[in-house]
Amino acid sequence: MTEPDEQIDLEGTFRGYRRADGRVGVRNVVAVVPVSVTASAVAERLADDAVEWVRATTHQMPLDPPEGARDQIETVLEGIGANPNVAGALYVSLGTEGIDADALADGVAETGKPVETLTIREEGGTAAALDAGADAVERLTDEAREARREDADASELVVAMECGGSDATSGIAANPAVGNACDRLVEAGGTGVISETPEFIGAEHILADRCATEEVRERLLDAVDRRERMAGLMGVDFRGAQPSPGNQKGGLTTIEEKSLGAIAKGGTTPLRGVISYGHRLPLGGGFVVMDSPGYDVESVSGKVAGGAQVVVFTTGRGSTTGNPIAPVIKVTGNPNTYQRMTDNMDVDASRVLSGESVDAVGADLYRRILSVADGELTAAERHRMEEFAINDIPPKELAALGDPT
Amino acid sequence: MKGIAIDDAAIVMAEADTVATALADLEAGREFDLSGYGFAVGEHAVTLTEPIEFGHKFALEPIAEGELIRKYDEVVGEATRDIATGEWVHTHNVESTRARPGDESDGADNGESAGADAPAAATEGDR
Repeated sequence: MTEPDEQIDLEGTFRGYRRADGRVGVRNVVAVVPVSVTASAVAERLADDAVEWVRATTHQMPLDPPEGARDQIETVLEGIGANPNVAGALYVSLGTEGIDADALADGVAETGKPVETLTIREEGGTAAALDAGADAVERLTDEAREARREDADASELVVAMECGGSDATSGIAANPAVGNACDRLVEAGGTGVISETPEFIGAEHILADRCATEEVRERLLDAVDRRERMAGLMGVDFRGAQPSPGNQKGGLTTIEEKSLGAIAKGGTTPLRGVISYGHRLPLGGGFVVMDSPGYDVESVSGKVAGGAQVVVFTTGRGSTTGNPIAPVIKVTGNPNTYQRMTDNMDVDASRVLSGESVDAVGADLYRRILSVADGELTAAERHRMEEFAINDIPPKELAALGDPT
Repeated sequence: MKGIAIDDAAIVMAEADTVATALADLEAGREFDLSGYGFAVGEHAVTLTEPIEFGHKFALEPIAEGELIRKYDEVVGEATRDIATGEWVHTHNVESTRARPGDESDGADNGESAGADAPAAATEGDR
């Protein structure tokens, strides 16, 4: 499954969908984006009833979130539509949301792609909204069909590195292999991004030493400090939840140990920027960090909202999650998990444990990133694993620590 | 980070580490000869005092209560009681030095200084 494929250009090129704003998508998705939880069921139904590649980003955000939390939700919702994997977007609202669907659509329209809105109350209820929505989806799919893949370069890729369901093999095998692939991507001129700030705790001094500027260093340490303070603020003892009970079963004892393994995903190149949750990730940006919570589905959604076209996701214990907008490449460093769940895994990094070099597995993974960018389906895509979640900032945290951006 | 495999059954991530990670389910009594690796803990043999599951850690030298545990050449926690050579090292005898409720330790600290500061800070009470 991970044999080097000679057909793939080792120079780092792929064929993708070049959008009006110049950014290149690796998929050609029509996104149906609910503005709040009250529109999620309609969005899901519209996607289910449509042709393949129409995908809903269902989520649970309330009708009228408080201001700081609302800004973050708006950023993510707009970012999803703007992601270059998206050919066109339909924003669905009930009509009473604190978030203005038209403003989101206007933001996405600036990228030059077709965007529509649908308001369930204005249409006259669920049935009428489903009818009108189906028409809108059909118009968007018709336009999406016109898109053709064309030559693109690895430097145009933004790849999100993620881990979930970690165990001891994550830090020993899978994450170092991903870090090696991240170094190759950065070398080729692309952007590699890691997130989950709570999982920098105990390893932040290593990332801090890699920061390209003092400003980036301060931003990074502030972000980690804020996440660490939340533990005290929320009255949560990290020692129960981080590492999670599953992580602990897998041999991880403390947050420091988990973090030291987790940051290996970011490779060895200078850390060039810290980007707020869901905000636009730079093209050709080198290695960067997104300040996100430690919940993997929210973390992936934030990076995809930031424009990541491909996600590389390591899991020792066997996470199966995907994403509706971006292909998720599943990598495991645990030989038992690979054997037991081969069907959910794309890359077997446990070869590192049996003596293969991190460099060789990293090279295979880098080739896989390019082949997936070319259109090869991942295990999560084959299974239609399309989890999506937006991070909600707890009111208590907003009050005490202010807006994180 | 590549690590040094010992006997194809365990891995030590860095020469300065005080723990090894099992690469298989290991039985009590299993012996590992550390000679020739150049580990900071020394050249002695380590005999497992209990079974160690795949992915779990065991001590390469005696670790006293309050002493810091090293893996990846970094601090990964603090012993909450004395740990013998060859003993399982996990949540029952190690705890984090970070992110404790009411802990004001600075994110800029490295693991070591946070380890020194945290116990005092943790007693200052929750707000």
